[in-house]
Amino acid sequence: MTLDLKSVRKAFGATPVLDGVTLTIQSREFIAFLGPSGSGKSTLLRIIAGLETADAGEVVLDGRRIDTLAPGDRGVAMVFQHYALYPHMTVRENLAFGLKNARVPRKEIDTLVDDAARVLEIDPLLERKPDQLSGGQRQRVAIGRAIVKRPQLFLLDEPLSNLDAALRLRTRVELARLRQRVDASMIMVTHDQAEAMTLADRIVVFNDRRIQQVATPMEIYNRPANTFVARFVGSPAMTIAPATFANGGEYASVRLGDGTVVQTRVPREGLPEGALQLGLRPEHIRLEPTGVGGTKAVVDLVERLGERSIVYARLKDGLLVTGETDGLTNIKVGDEVGLSIDGDRAHLFGPDGTGYHREGA
Amino acid sequence: MTSSRRWEGLLFVGPFLLLYGVILVFPLFRGAWLSLHRVALFGPGHFVGFENYARLAGDPIFQQSLINTFLVTLMIVPPLTVIALTLALALNRAGRGATMLRGVFFSSAVLSVTIVTLIWRFVLAPDAGALGELWQALGWEPLPFLSDPNLVLPALALTTIWWSLGLPMLLFLAGLQQIPREMYEAAALDGASRWTTFVRITLPALRRTTILVIMLQTAAQLQLFGQSQLLTAGGPSGASRTAVLFLFESAFGRWELGYASAAAEVLFMIILAVTLAQYWATGPGAEGERGFRR
Repeated sequence: MTLDLKSVRKAFGATPVLDGVTLTIQSREFIAFLGPSGSGKSTLLRIIAGLETADAGEVVLDGRRIDTLAPGDRGVAMVFQHYALYPHMTVRENLAFGLKNARVPRKEIDTLVDDAARVLEIDPLLERKPDQLSGGQRQRVAIGRAIVKRPQLFLLDEPLSNLDAALRLRTRVELARLRQRVDASMIMVTHDQAEAMTLADRIVVFNDRRIQQVATPMEIYNRPANTFVARFVGSPAMTIAPATFANGGEYASVRLGDGTVVQTRVPREGLPEGALQLGLRPEHIRLEPTGVGGTKAVVDLVERLGERSIVYARLKDGLLVTGETDGLTNIKVGDEVGLSIDGDRAHLFGPDGTGYHREGA
Repeated sequence: MTSSRRWEGLLFVGPFLLLYGVILVFPLFRGAWLSLHRVALFGPGHFVGFENYARLAGDPIFQQSLINTFLVTLMIVPPLTVIALTLALALNRAGRGATMLRGVFFSSAVLSVTIVTLIWRFVLAPDAGALGELWQALGWEPLPFLSDPNLVLPALALTTIWWSLGLPMLLFLAGLQQIPREMYEAAALDGASRWTTFVRITLPALRRTTILVIMLQTAAQLQLFGQSQLLTAGGPSGASRTAVLFLFESAFGRWELGYASAAAEVLFMIILAVTLAQYWATGPGAEGERGFRR
């Protein structure tokens, strides 16, 4: 089972929302569509489901063009953000509705529904109506309604966004398990990078009507295609600072505004001329343990997370950088500290925002 | 809360309570009181106990008027509900055309009963009416809608349906717009046909609206009066005399206020009983019927 999206285009009136999206999803792959609101990710999911029609392009599932078919005939199932359970039907009727419409024999429906209910642990709830269920139970019924149809492709529209923090973590685990159980591909739309990173085999990062990058979570994190991906993935966000070439050599060495020189492992060859930007994850800007040496900075804000602390600090030229130190630090706002920058892990971005990274991982 | 604050609060509902008392509560009790008296429009009456009610029980004209009222209500409410729902389904969409047609179908509701009956007199008159012309064009004998005892109630029902369509249609439209779009999207992904979607998604969601429409219309049509009074004056030979027309004639034709009040009380009890029966029959809304949650 593979899903092919070929140059899918969509505009709402004069507002373009998708600008020629091409993407291939492999069999049994879990894909996350990640991006900010309005980036077109939900629209693409709805085009695959058949709830929106593309202006141009094709959607091909397993060699069969499906964008011309009715939603119910596409072999896809969707879990809606607000679950969209039928309020006047019992849980059992909710699960059976699609199968009844597909004229599945009654006995088979009962077996499928009972199996799904057992797996999702909603069998005691089968005779209840949706408004007698908790949020998490409704979520599982919504997933069950998708499972019983044995689709080739699961579509999940922000499946966790309606749940409270504790339940979200539990459901995330459940989705990961679900993924092991079903013999189908899954696409999940989310704006939460933690969900995307933990669940997906590959992440498709959307912004501004286009796919910015398609890659594994680790690659997205370690080799972001451009400054948008670099800033959007990772929390707290990567520090991205203007920089200039310092000197020659096999690997690029750049100078920040305050004069700090960072020796990177990004090959000099292939880098564009002109304005550069240096990208540094918080874990690669560490506070000097002794508080002296390295790059001088003044602490702007400290976030203590327990196992580590996030330090927002200003360099001499006013640049705000985000770094880390251990959880037991006693530094406070206004302290002058020394930062040690791990140039080996630094990223460079060209004038057009394209990312350049160290060789290897 | 202090008692003085409660007193001030009363000021806000005061005007309404006053009106409610004067034009609803007082007449209700006054009517009940009057129904136990023999009383003319002018001059004092005297207490007669339940004599008026006993007379009503044996009055064939009153009984006929009740039968007419039930028949015409039965002829109006079911078709009215179905037509209003059909119109609402057809017009529940964006666009200039649908907006205009919603206005057109609602427009009859703003007309007074005088205008409505005037219009329908033109339509129904056998010699020059629009229906008569249509019948003649088809080569049939024009039907004397208003003078045939078998046709006069259907004619009255037709007029009333045309006049009353607006509000139920609007209620159904409001009900339809309460149904989240996701529900239909889920049904589409579940492969539901249009008919299945209508029967399993739309109709259950409109259950409460439908009950409301039927209850409101039943209570309203059991009090049907103006159309019958103006179109046929209850004729021919009482075939279209409704209960309210009967009590109007008793009170302001024969000046028997006590007798008319007794008839009014009987009608009141009937409407109350029918409405409560409908309410109980449809249940107070089972679990899971509390509407959609987001």
